[in-house]
Amino acid sequence: MTEPAQDSYQDGNALAGPLREIFAVDVTAAAGQCVHCGLAGPVASLRVYGPAPGMVARCPGCDEVVLRLVRGPDSAWLDLRGTVSLRIPLPGPGVPDGTGEGPA
Amino acid sequence: MNSRRLVWRIARLVEIRDETPSARTLVLQIPGWPGHLAGQHVDVRLTAEDGYSTQRSYSIAAPADGERVELTVQRVPDGEVSPYLTEELTVGDEVEIRGPVGGWFVWRPNGTAPVLLVAGGSGIVPLMAMIRARRQAGSRTPFRLIYSLREPGERYYAEELRLPHPGLDVTYLYTRAVPDGWARPAGRLTIADMNTGGWPADFGPECYICGPTGFVETASDILLAMGHDARAIKTERFGPTGG
Repeated sequence: MTEPAQDSYQDGNALAGPLREIFAVDVTAAAGQCVHCGLAGPVASLRVYGPAPGMVARCPGCDEVVLRLVRGPDSAWLDLRGTVSLRIPLPGPGVPDGTGEGPA
Repeated sequence: MNSRRLVWRIARLVEIRDETPSARTLVLQIPGWPGHLAGQHVDVRLTAEDGYSTQRSYSIAAPADGERVELTVQRVPDGEVSPYLTEELTVGDEVEIRGPVGGWFVWRPNGTAPVLLVAGGSGIVPLMAMIRARRQAGSRTPFRLIYSLREPGERYYAEELRLPHPGLDVTYLYTRAVPDGWARPAGRLTIADMNTGGWPADFGPECYICGPTGFVETASDILLAMGHDARAIKTERFGPTGG
């Protein structure tokens, strides 16, 4: 990854760092479902606009907002109203998967 | 092996390798580094004396090697971070790094499905980490790399990719200028290129595409049209700096 163009977008892989500030596991590998069109796919495949004033992740199918993340000085706001659910892959208890996350 | 908390760590630059006139590989020593998988990336944070700070994500270019982490950074002319990393940072200097992050666009050496890597410009970086991880692990998983770039002078890792790697086929595509005697005229990635340099869908390969947005979408559309399973196509895209 390199610096994003101003008129372009990144993909959900760019959410990996900011989301790992909040969650104990990697959420970009999770399968999410869009509230608006029902498309299911990895968070990594969302289209991410930002970073200012926050990261806005849109559905690659219908372009509606699926997830919003704003990092303030002393808190983070995570808006998931465009997400039906997240299916998060987890290793079995006690099995490290080597992705930088231990078991939850 | 890894702490759950994502923390900023101090990384010290220990080695610089120029890849092209506008891209260099930075080898960083990061005490406490927890290890990583090929395809993961890091966030790099720079803080000015007045406290202003800014961060960017960069893919890791090589598999885990203790506390050594390699990044290859392409200079973006009006960028805020990459000109500093490619022109100012010298051996012994420090930057802040957090990671590794990203668990989707990764290849694990225990994978057995054939692998197709499709790189546009500097999108080669995380794919090179996969090639190096394959070699490091002694994996026999067959790999094919299709590497699209504007002209031969923009190749990263040119010497290393010139060496024979049993089980790795490399195809270069040039979009603007080709070497003398090169059979394929300059042009963008086509379905014929993907047919020749890639795998048939029947082989069930895992496909990793990394490059600028337009390139990634084209490559992904071609693979879908060839009948590849959408779930086996993983993509990572960024701005217009590459092929």
